[in-house]
Amino acid sequence: MSDDKIKIEIDGRNVSADKGQMLIEVTDKNDIYIPRFCYHKKLTVAANCRMCLVEVEKAPKPLPACSTPVIDGMKVRTRSKLAIEAQKSVMEFLLINHPLDCPICDQGGECELQDLAMGYGSDVSRYQEKKRVVMDKNIGPLIQTELTRCIHCTRCVRFGEEIAGIRELGATGRGETMEIGTYIEKSVVSELSGNVIDLCPVGALTSKPFRYSARTWELVQRQMVAPHDSVGSNIHLHVKGDEVKRVVPAENEAINETWISDRDRFSYEAINSDDRLRFPMIKEQGVWKQLDWQEALNFISVRLADILDQSGPKQFGMLTSASSTLEELYLAQKFTRALGSNNIDSRVRQIDFSDDDDAPLFPWLGQSIVDFEENQAALLIGSHLRKDQPIINHRLRKAALNGASIMALNPIDYEFNFPLHQTIISSPNNMVSELSAILKAVVKLSGEKVNTAFNKLLVNTNVDKNHQEIGNTLFNNDDSIVLLGNFAMTHPQLSLLRTLAGEITKLTNSKLGYLSESANSSGVWLAGALPHRLAGGKKIQKSGLNCHDMLTHKLKSYFLLGVEPELDCWDPRIAIKAMEHAELVVALTPFQSEALKSYANVLLPISTFAETSGTYINNEGIAQRFNGAVAPKGEARPAWKALRVLGNHCNFEGFDYESTAEVYDEVMKSIGKIQGSNNDKWGETISSKPKDRGLQRITETPMNMVDSLTRRATSLQSTLDVADGALHINSALAQKNKLSDSDNARVVQNEQETTMKVMIDERVPDNCVLIQSAHPNQIQLGAAFGSVKIGKQ
Amino acid sequence: MNKIKRYFNSLFLLELMKGLYLTGRHMFRKKITVQYPEEKTPQSHRFRGLHALRRYPNGEERCIACKLCEAVCPAAAITIESEQREDGSRRTTRYDIDLTKCIFCGFCEESCPVDSIVETRIFEYHGEERGDLLLTKSQLLEIGDKYEKEIATDREADSKFR
Repeated sequence: MSDDKIKIEIDGRNVSADKGQMLIEVTDKNDIYIPRFCYHKKLTVAANCRMCLVEVEKAPKPLPACSTPVIDGMKVRTRSKLAIEAQKSVMEFLLINHPLDCPICDQGGECELQDLAMGYGSDVSRYQEKKRVVMDKNIGPLIQTELTRCIHCTRCVRFGEEIAGIRELGATGRGETMEIGTYIEKSVVSELSGNVIDLCPVGALTSKPFRYSARTWELVQRQMVAPHDSVGSNIHLHVKGDEVKRVVPAENEAINETWISDRDRFSYEAINSDDRLRFPMIKEQGVWKQLDWQEALNFISVRLADILDQSGPKQFGMLTSASSTLEELYLAQKFTRALGSNNIDSRVRQIDFSDDDDAPLFPWLGQSIVDFEENQAALLIGSHLRKDQPIINHRLRKAALNGASIMALNPIDYEFNFPLHQTIISSPNNMVSELSAILKAVVKLSGEKVNTAFNKLLVNTNVDKNHQEIGNTLFNNDDSIVLLGNFAMTHPQLSLLRTLAGEITKLTNSKLGYLSESANSSGVWLAGALPHRLAGGKKIQKSGLNCHDMLTHKLKSYFLLGVEPELDCWDPRIAIKAMEHAELVVALTPFQSEALKSYANVLLPISTFAETSGTYINNEGIAQRFNGAVAPKGEARPAWKALRVLGNHCNFEGFDYESTAEVYDEVMKSIGKIQGSNNDKWGETISSKPKDRGLQRITETPMNMVDSLTRRATSLQSTLDVADGALHINSALAQKNKLSDSDNARVVQNEQETTMKVMIDERVPDNCVLIQSAHPNQIQLGAAFGSVKIGKQ
Repeated sequence: MNKIKRYFNSLFLLELMKGLYLTGRHMFRKKITVQYPEEKTPQSHRFRGLHALRRYPNGEERCIACKLCEAVCPAAAITIESEQREDGSRRTTRYDIDLTKCIFCGFCEESCPVDSIVETRIFEYHGEERGDLLLTKSQLLEIGDKYEKEIATDREADSKFR
């Protein structure tokens, strides 16, 4: 036994414990239950509820187990007369001001106070005086408050300080007049805020969208993987009948610990949305009519054969959503390739594909999610990490609070919930030169030589002290990582950015990582749903068209798997034009929309993530399989089934799967063991693209606009993390153009003009405008990057 | 000896006489037969008959959709769906009782924290089709409205035992 281990006795049992552990940690580990409200293993100890009082030998009074460190030879009695008496008295105090509204409280049935009151509460109340009443506060569209029920455990307050990193909820007043609130009336904006619903031991903070819609004992819990960011948070869907009623986190220390982001928690609303497509539909002479699957698939196979006979398989393009399951993506590429085409892509928000041939097996995170806590330095390139990958941000925040130096090179001065060591805010066009300057600093530090192509780029680069400091930090820390974020992936010079980032990591001996956008961004590469790769990353001699080329080439037929081109694509205007030009557009989609109906010929209803079995491979390369939790709505079917039967209709070989397990086995045979590696040689072609003149457009996709699910989750759409369709400019630029806040401004891009409301946003750098994607307002402007002109209307 | 006794008993039809005596005695007693439906037997105020949903005197429905009755129902005869009403209160959007499943145990009434679901004294009801015995929320409220006076007095009479 090591020196750190000590022996204590709990309820007559001898247990060993680590030095410095709190008593409650030891009892939890040994399955001895001590009641508690304020203690939570992921939060600091507050010891203010006093429910965990236990008897410790030689102590004059009962001691709170959550804040009593263990001592060698300590004798603890958790169920002695003294302990029980103390706990019962605490319970009586807690119930003094707690209302008896369990029948209408959403926490009823899963309430810690209710449960413990059964064990420690008395039958009759001795309390005759007035009960406390607290006014409810409106803290936003996600969390419902009922503050009279609050027992002041302060878990939510500590969560804000310690986990979310923003002190949003706080306690004002003392004693009986203590109240939890936001101090000034405002909504809680943290991207992790939903977790306080789980933390609250009583019904003071509950889920607003779920409010009063079911009782906990009616719900069946199903394991699932979150369908949004590439973290692959484990979640539980709570299902009543055939409806998903809510989502709560499932504990997985290796991925999401006990937290999930609000996006993962509330996007379930879309599953029950009115927009759901319930029947296959077909457009005949401009009129949409319902039909059954058999007829629809027959129509598609005949029509597709016609078109391909006339113009060849190169006229077929498949756009898939990176939120599709591995099995769906695999079948989609198998179908496309069976047709004789390689035109399949999921990277709808990417524009620079020039180094596709040199890309690694899949865009890997560079290390495991847990490893982020150990990083000593990290450089974020084009990443709004807090909103894009909240769980990774949380891990990195832990590192930052432990003294790691986190740095950022971003187009927007994004707010982080931890201090940044260095920040460079640069316009999109200057990002390459900024990164080159960092490389130059690093080259000098390492004393190594870079090849001539780099030299050409570096010769005219000026290194200032910020670049130098970033270089120094990366170079001098052992465990450092350079991360390319969502914004970098949409950048027109992505290949250059990653070549530079790759070189920097090589010279500083750090890791290179990708922060992918969608749940299955890695799966896309591994399943071969790309124009230049087969399943398992096997290279193709003659690759097909990438997403953007497919749209600019105006093919004759398109298949859309869960994609809404006008909202998802890098250039929505070109996307719409391509769709309108095509002779056959088949949309496999869970939702119908006016836009889809305007250009598609056939709509096939497919299931959402909750209604199909499948696999998501997260950024780290962990394949997580799940089963469907509810039956698909109406006539909708899982997309893998639709693609499989469509394969049969077209008489293709090898489309006879009976379950996703068979598909999975086949994909995994090609993939083998998933081994991430980003150190493959990147493209050596280093060419600086010509610079656009004038104002530059920056496009970001807000957290709750990333996919068709979040766009239809009504509560998420009421938050601030949605596209506002406004023209974000800083006050200097506004003054120059004689614009002020909420003016209507004229915006011209690619000779297309539109009107937008001005929003003064000081985070935007000079000479740049920020326009958020996935908003109908900006569709006709087109490309996500480029020069724009603005003026007074 | 027994043989002789049995012989005389059967000779004089003693058993038959005993039976006739009993019948004759009852012929002259007061009749307990009730001429239903003209006459009815008395009922306890705890009689558990047809269900009703009650309202408060101001007309507001009592039910708060806590679903305890649904949970306690041993025959799973109650189906409730709930949501937040516009004024923010917790209300049912659906409250169905399947009378063909119900075993009239009265647990629903016992579990109700607001005395909303009650079993009335009504036992004379019928359905011509199966669907007629599926009571919806509006029907239950209607029954409650109609018999509120009787329901209220019955609860009042029983209140000291509850």
